Amino acid sequence: MDELKLYTYIAVFGTFALYFAIAWWARAGSTSDFYVAGGGITPLQNGMAIGADWMSAASFISMAGMIAFMGYGGSVFLMGWTGGYVLLALLLAPYMRKHGKFTVPEFIFDRYYSKTARVVAVACLIIASLTYIIGQMKGVGVAFSRFLEVDYALGLYIGMFVVWVYAVLGGMKGITYTQIAQYVVMIFAYTIPAVFISLQLTGNPIPQLGLGSTLADGSGMYLLDKLDLVVTDLGFKEYTTSNLGGGLNMFAYTMSLMIGTAGLPHVIMRFFTVPSVQAARASAGYALVFIGLLYTVAPAVGAMARLNLMNTIEPVAGQNLEYAERPQWFKDWEKTGLLKYEDKNGDGKIQYTADAATNEMVKVDRDIMVLANPAIANLPNWVIALVAAGGLAAALSTAAGLLLAISSSISHDLMKGILTPDMSEKNELLAGRVVMTIAIIVSGYLGLNPPGFAAGTVALAFGLAASSIFPALMMGIFSKKMSGKAAVAGMVSGIGVTMLYVFQHKGIMFIPGTSFLGDMGKDWFFGISPNAFGSVGALVNFAVAFAVLKVTGPAPAHIQAMVENMRVPGTISAAHDH
Amino acid sequence: MEENKEAYWQENLRLIFICLAIWFVVSFGLGLLLVEPLNEFRLGGYKLGFWFAQQGSIYSFLGLIFWYGTKMNKLDKKYHAES
Repeated sequence: MDELKLYTYIAVFGTFALYFAIAWWARAGSTSDFYVAGGGITPLQNGMAIGADWMSAASFISMAGMIAFMGYGGSVFLMGWTGGYVLLALLLAPYMRKHGKFTVPEFIFDRYYSKTARVVAVACLIIASLTYIIGQMKGVGVAFSRFLEVDYALGLYIGMFVVWVYAVLGGMKGITYTQIAQYVVMIFAYTIPAVFISLQLTGNPIPQLGLGSTLADGSGMYLLDKLDLVVTDLGFKEYTTSNLGGGLNMFAYTMSLMIGTAGLPHVIMRFFTVPSVQAARASAGYALVFIGLLYTVAPAVGAMARLNLMNTIEPVAGQNLEYAERPQWFKDWEKTGLLKYEDKNGDGKIQYTADAATNEMVKVDRDIMVLANPAIANLPNWVIALVAAGGLAAALSTAAGLLLAISSSISHDLMKGILTPDMSEKNELLAGRVVMTIAIIVSGYLGLNPPGFAAGTVALAFGLAASSIFPALMMGIFSKKMSGKAAVAGMVSGIGVTMLYVFQHKGIMFIPGTSFLGDMGKDWFFGISPNAFGSVGALVNFAVAFAVLKVTGPAPAHIQAMVENMRVPGTISAAHDH
Repeated sequence: MEENKEAYWQENLRLIFICLAIWFVVSFGLGLLLVEPLNEFRLGGYKLGFWFAQQGSIYSFLGLIFWYGTKMNKLDKKYHAES
């Protein structure tokens, strides 16, 4: 076994052993432990857990790669996935914590006094969460197959087993403490390579500052200016100004991601775990500290990886790398098929340009940028091993949070809430564990046999959360007259419009060629892409809800009184003993 | 009591409004709508509009959440509404 593999085994299985130990120590004894960790998590702990919960395989592996190739256009992810926390802290978290229940559909049921609303919320939650989990499961499989060279399927089974142990045993309590450990692993794995690379390129160890510094190669040129120059010389769009589908599209995209973030149930649910309203507000702040740490480093990772890649292929303008002399990491990633070279002009050198006719780097998968980054920069093997453990921590921690959101919405909302209300606490806890086991098996199956539409589903998850859940929750708190009928009408039309637009572009259930209105041209609604359409769906939701409210009349008096009570912290309600 | 509840809520709404205005300006305003004119200015090696889109907006969000939290804790005390 070579050194790198040995280090990787130690890092990966060492962290797994840590997660198991935490799971045993933080076993869940009651439904309150299982759903909300007994309500006894401190804001600092919760902030870290939210960070791990939120930052998925996509944030850890894909985001910097997307920024590397989109440049300025990648800002939509940076602003969208952090700005949502402002909305959570100001508009949702404190009031939902004051109301003090276990799940998001339960809040919707109480506020809108309607079983239909609860079932609609459960459906949105399950669709959004399941589509998200597929990505995490694939991330686990890829990390194992790339770094440990085990079979994709075996890697996935190992991942499923690890999550099963700590999520089923510990519920929210086990998940919370494991997520704290996973956050620490993840942030070290992300920032250490970034610090090294920033130091190499600019002499400044802080990546956020390095990105704005001059290069250490003696040229005295700013890093970003150099990058702009290198990419435009080869015909690519200028890095610092390249747009993503026009200004209006970037606006709508950022807004969709922000309100989608604020409406994702597995994140909101974490605010039920702290003891008070004040702690809920503080949690959102700490969460953004921990998330911001990764999100402000990511643009540096992206830009520096792009520059390193360009410099490797064409160290001096006009003197391209001989294919025969390509570095080891190049060969490794060629084996995975994520990097492909084709000698079009037969000169044995590598030409990388924006022109498809002469470009010889026929495939550069965005996802390899973070994973290959340490190797591209010649960092020591232990750093590469740490990145493998970090990628797994990111995928597993998010999967666990999503699994809990799914299982609690089934055992608590559907079973205890609607089908079998007289279920004992002990049985509900058992049901929660059984449902979670089933959810793990289903998501593992979907990870092994990803449905054809998996690639398009992130749009759907954020679109659903943005167009249905966020407006319903916000109106529930800020408009005390908002009635159940009006809210359900709003949710259904918000989702409806968003899904129609996504399906019109990508086919019904993402089956190509099933666009029901025929070809209408790309992004026909003011140039807004399907991924960005959740914000339009949310507007429709608000408009329909207020129109229906006007016609059908306000919510009953006792509901309005409940909303008034929700708005003031007051004496804390008996949140966790029901 | 009822009037107190209403006064507390009105003060909270005012704070939320201020925070959301700043939230909108630093991201959608400086990072997206005004990015081109701002890019004429520099912050070290960063074009200023680019910096707001990829760094500055996130730092501002952080400041906002903590500022709102502090103000609200004071408001809770003022109205004896701590939990």
